[in-house]
Amino acid sequence: MKKIVVEGLKYRYPLTAELALNDVSFEIEKGEFIGIIGRNLAGKSTLCQALMGLVPHFYKGAYGGSVTVDGLNVAQTEICELARKVGLVFQNPFTQVSGSKMTVYEELAFGLENLGVPRAEMMPRIESAMALLGIERFGKRNPFDLSGGQMQRMAIASVIAMAPDIIVLDEPTSQLDPQGSEEVFQAIQALSRQGMTVIMVEHKMEKIARYSDRVMLLDHGRLVDFDTPERVFSRDDLAQYGIAAPIFARICQGLGIRTPQTGLYPMTLDDAYDQVVNWHE
Amino acid sequence: MNKIEIRNLVFHYTAGEPILNDISLAFDARSTAIIGQNGAGKTTFVKLLKGLLKPVGGDVVINGINTSDATVAALARHIGLVFQNPNDQIFKNKVLDEVMFGPLNIGQSQDEARERADAALAMVGLAGRINDNPYDLSLSERKLISIASIVAMNTEIIIFDEPTIAQDFSGKEHIKAIIRDLVAQGKLVLTIIHDMDFVAETFERTLVFAQGRVLLDGSTREVFAEEEVLRQAHLEPPHVTQLAHRTGLPGTPLTVEEFVREKRAQGAMRPVTP
Ligand SMILES: Nc1ncnc2c1ncn2[C@@H]1O[C@H](COP(=O)(O)OP(=O)(O)OP(=O)(O)O)[C@@H](O)[C@H]1O
Ligand SMILES: Nc1ncnc2c1ncn2[C@@H]1O[C@H](COP(=O)(O)OP(=O)(O)OP(=O)(O)O)[C@@H](O)[C@H]1O
Ligand SMILES: [Mg+2]
Ligand SMILES: [Mg+2]
Repeated sequence: MKKIVVEGLKYRYPLTAELALNDVSFEIEKGEFIGIIGRNLAGKSTLCQALMGLVPHFYKGAYGGSVTVDGLNVAQTEICELARKVGLVFQNPFTQVSGSKMTVYEELAFGLENLGVPRAEMMPRIESAMALLGIERFGKRNPFDLSGGQMQRMAIASVIAMAPDIIVLDEPTSQLDPQGSEEVFQAIQALSRQGMTVIMVEHKMEKIARYSDRVMLLDHGRLVDFDTPERVFSRDDLAQYGIAAPIFARICQGLGIRTPQTGLYPMTLDDAYDQVVNWHE
Repeated sequence: MNKIEIRNLVFHYTAGEPILNDISLAFDARSTAIIGQNGAGKTTFVKLLKGLLKPVGGDVVINGINTSDATVAALARHIGLVFQNPNDQIFKNKVLDEVMFGPLNIGQSQDEARERADAALAMVGLAGRINDNPYDLSLSERKLISIASIVAMNTEIIIFDEPTIAQDFSGKEHIKAIIRDLVAQGKLVLTIIHDMDFVAETFERTLVFAQGRVLLDGSTREVFAEEEVLRQAHLEPPHVTQLAHRTGLPGTPLTVEEFVREKRAQGAMRPVTP
């Protein structure tokens, strides 16, 4: 089932000259895990906002083409209705915090109240989301007294608690420690296997290669490629788009190793291990 | 004299909930990374160095000045800190004013401040943006502005708290070059960071913080050889090192180039089977 359909999307912020998104078209199936990559200012965050309606409803600006999410045309649907289907974890967790709640627990409850979730249902959802992100100790803490990584964990937990059909995460692990970051990817993968559709912007190419079903490469507002991680990261023009392939692929490239079946470079630790361990010059 | 000396440092925000437990350390000329789990106390530690927080016990001595006896303003000419969240640092509505604020504040002349601001903005690749409003810039650009603001102050000690947040490949390369340049100028550079590949490629010395203590302190290569200790601290070795351990390649390679060189050398040494 097509969960997201984007057709000829063009968008320009008010008072700017260039298109932030330029003729972008793609389709995403329910339950897919989609990685979005691209250099700074490529348009990744703008595309995230276009999926949950902040573009164009909040930012205004010039808009063309269409975004359809679960059958709803985003430009013609109110944000509060879209919020029932699409949850967004913001690039900067500080931007996401409401600022009006005195504790982490109330901060998570705030999102659920807005969705009209009954009180009785709220507590188990909040508690399991906090446990999933390892912040259960901080329920009574003021959100602004958390460390950077703890606050980012709270931002992810508050969206997961809302149990959206589609979750959009804009660099959600940029402040997490290495194990925390791995745990978040595993948790999100588990949600995607249960049917949640996942869109994840990331600069950590090793994680994108390991966890995405398909990877979207954006540059200057255009969709350059949308294919399997192996194919996208084996392009020989990646540098032109400001992207370096995952480290494992770069090592294999340095040794001249390709996966025999596909002729592409191994992308993940496991695949690189299989090829490198048997390698003879 | 060491530029930074820490003796038996103890700190908590709330009595009975210790954050830093009896840390003693000295920093020398080696470029140094501080790594550790979320909540380990890294940001708290550098706020203590900068004098924004005062020790509950022990001493922090910056260029011979005990932070307990000095004001933040007096310390500011010795030590600069790039905040983890740029929004905590940026408050002017023109990029140039923002980057000149720190230098002017510690007594640089208008001309010197302008010159250093221009140089620092060029270093981060934002020379063309002096008239922009920082609030209109993206997170990656605001982070670079906050780095330029501190570099322009030209202090002897510079601390970066998560400098690579939101940076793409070229942004990270830019920041690597800035750190190397500052070290070459003889400055003491400390960097808190969660990107282990960046640590492997950039820093000579690495400290692992865990639950308010220093768990490991050594050359970056020594530290990344300690896979088990890193795991306990919720960290992991760099990707290159992970593949090396898995494939039994000796010597803890830290970069793609080192791995390829070692692997080729190992291949060349393999006895030829007839
Ligand atoms: N609120 C805004 N007002 C005006 N222009 C904006 C705004 N937000 C983004 N832009 C512009 O739109 C383009 C795309 O920006 P966007 O933030 O989507 O990129 P990105 O790929 O998310 O970048 P990054 O990796 O830095 O997060 C850029 O040219 C940017 O300057
Ligand atoms: N203002 C505060 N009041 C109370 N506790 C705080 C405050 N600021 C931080 N803490 C707590 O102190 C501990 C150390 O926080 P700190 O910000 O130093 O961690 P960190 O190592 O920088 O983590 P991160 O990698 O997430 O940035 C954390 O458990 C945090 O929740
Ligand atoms: Mg972005
Ligand atoms: Mg921190």
